[in-house]
Amino acid sequence: MAQLFHPNINILIRILVGVVVVLAAGLGLAYYQGYYSVYFSQVNVFREQPVMFSHKHHVNGLGIDCRYCHTSVEVSSSAGIPPTHTCMGCHSQVWTEAPILEPVRESYRTGTPLQWVRVHDLPDFVYFNHSIHVKKGVGCTTCHGQVDQMPLMMQVNTLFMGWCLECHRNPEDYVRPREEVFSVSWVPPSNQKELGRRLVEEYQIKSRTNCSSCHR
Amino acid sequence: MKHYREPSIEAAETGKPSRKGLVFLAGLTLLFSSCRLDMHDQPKYESYEASEFFADGQASRIPPEGTIPQGGLRQGELLYTGKMDGGDSELFPFPITQDTLVRGQDRYNIYCSPCHDKVGTGRGIIVRRGMKQPPSFHIARLREAPPGYFFDVMTNGFGAMFSYSSRVQPRDRWAIAAYIRALQLSQNASYGDVSEEDLEKLEEAATE
Ligand code: HEC
Ligand code: HEC
Ligand code: HEC
Ligand code: HEC
Ligand code: HEC
Ligand code: HEC
Repeated sequence: MAQLFHPNINILIRILVGVVVVLAAGLGLAYYQGYYSVYFSQVNVFREQPVMFSHKHHVNGLGIDCRYCHTSVEVSSSAGIPPTHTCMGCHSQVWTEAPILEPVRESYRTGTPLQWVRVHDLPDFVYFNHSIHVKKGVGCTTCHGQVDQMPLMMQVNTLFMGWCLECHRNPEDYVRPREEVFSVSWVPPSNQKELGRRLVEEYQIKSRTNCSSCHR
Repeated sequence: MKHYREPSIEAAETGKPSRKGLVFLAGLTLLFSSCRLDMHDQPKYESYEASEFFADGQASRIPPEGTIPQGGLRQGELLYTGKMDGGDSELFPFPITQDTLVRGQDRYNIYCSPCHDKVGTGRGIIVRRGMKQPPSFHIARLREAPPGYFFDVMTNGFGAMFSYSSRVQPRDRWAIAAYIRALQLSQNASYGDVSEEDLEKLEEAATE
């Protein structure tokens, strides 16, 4: 049988195999990097919302407490998104002609809820609960960042498992006095470790790293 | 020299299964990669999720009329209506303690102070931005109003003010009513109303 390939092809094949291996490794790395990247975790990305609702205006400008709108955050797993009724308690009187608020008024007239786009969304196999964090002295801004500076809501932490565990392993680095949980101006003091250890004892905070805490 | 290699017996034997293996692996990867997303977004509803199943597009259902939620049995008319013998109650449905007042202060500052301000004069920030100005809690009419009246205003709303019944639970509404009473006293108190011990505390606070 006549030779199909020139002997030199062997070298070429080897080079080709090498290239494929390097490419595959690169792709793998890129996938890994990509998965844990800002893009995939949607950190610092603004979402288009039906109404350009500004936390900066309402929280920083007007000083409204989170619980005025996120009513269930102290007692339930979900913080709660305010119904149109809550907005209209003020906007039936304030900025009543503003076109930017027309979707809110329409929702109130027709009884059809506004459809907000979720910003934070854990996979469904993870169990999360707001009330325990609030009760044990974990502040809103520790997880959600400076919402009082956000003209539109965005996520500032990855919400990856590693992020949760970092705090569950060392709660003393993050907890604050209960009265400060809703404060947007609280910053960890220079003696945070000391304060944290005291609070961990006082609030009987346990280090929760058992898989079944979050995967139940 | 022979450069073309005949397939060895070994390769012939292992080649086939390994190819099958590869296909199997590829299939598995595909299967699990789709699984991944299935597990991320499982066929269950989370709070507030939109639904394609229900006509109104909401996963959260409105319970049929007359449904009593667990722990929601309403025993004792006074606690839930603020009414007694057909009028606004002069009495609170439970004893008012220091803890009740602290709770009332906390809830008042969250839900009422944006409009009524922290002392209840009705000049909160939302009023300064165009909200109708509510009357001060320190006018004679409201100082004489029974606690049941404040409960009723929170429960059913009043004129331009919307109801707070979905956000403030009944016991908390009573706690707020009690705190408003305390505010009213505070704005009309004299030296004689304060105990010796508390006077000292006040003076300390004033000199700080
Ligand atoms: C005047 C009402 C109001 C107040 C006060 C308010 N929020 Fe919100 N919040 C909203 C609305 C409406 C949304 C949904 C639209 C959006 O995502 O911006 C929202 C969304 C959010 C979200 C994102 C939810 C998601 O989709 O993942 C977070 C986090 C949040 N708020 C935190 C806070 C914190 C912390 C405070 C207090 C410092 C606060 N909010 C005060 C009305 C309010
Ligand atoms: C406690 C009263 C209050 C509530 C509740 C409230 N707002 Fe406002 N909102 C205001 C006031 C006052 C302004 C005007 C801001 C200013 O003058 O600085 C405003 C301004 C706005 C504006 C236009 C200015 C801006 O911030 O870009 C939008 C849009 C808005 N609100 C949406 C909402 C929505 C949506 C809700 C319900 C989730 C809501 N508001 C709930 C008091 C309120
Ligand atoms: C320990 C971290 C943590 C703290 C503290 C925290 N949140 Fe959240 N928040 C989350 C996570 C994680 C989600 C996404 C939950 C999900 O997808 O199920 C979320 C979701 C939300 C949402 C969207 C609605 C919902 O409940 O899913 C709102 C609104 C919100 N948080 C407000 C607040 C407010 C207000 C506070 C302060 C009282 C607060 N959060 C404190 C981690 C936190
Ligand atoms: C900044 C700190 C912090 C972060 C971040 C945090 N947690 Fe927690 N978490 C706590 C503390 C403190 C407790 C209370 C532990 C105790 O004493 O029971 C807690 C408790 C819990 C509990 C209840 C555990 C049980 O067994 O009762 C769950 C579930 C939970 N966290 C889930 C999460 C998830 C999921 C995330 C990430 C999305 C997260 N947490 C991020 C601090 C944090
Ligand atoms: C403090 C809460 C918490 C605890 C404790 C926890 N997890 Fe997770 N886990 C999460 C969160 C949040 C995610 C989703 C975000 C992500 O993929 O990182 C997750 C995701 C996962 C995933 C899917 C990863 C992926 O890439 O999709 C696996 C597998 C997992 N966890 C296993 C475990 C095991 C095993 C343990 C015990 C050793 C454990 N988890 C303990 C919060 C937790
Ligand atoms: C968004 C602004 C706003 C908030 C928040 C608010 N109110 Fe009002 N309130 C008003 C306005 C406006 C009036 C006057 C209504 C009218 O005369 O049409 C009023 C009137 C009242 C009155 C007097 C009724 C009378 O007989 O004149 C009481 C009592 C009252 N509010 C209690 C409360 C309590 C308690 C809270 C907290 C749970 C609260 N309000 C929260 C705006 C508000």
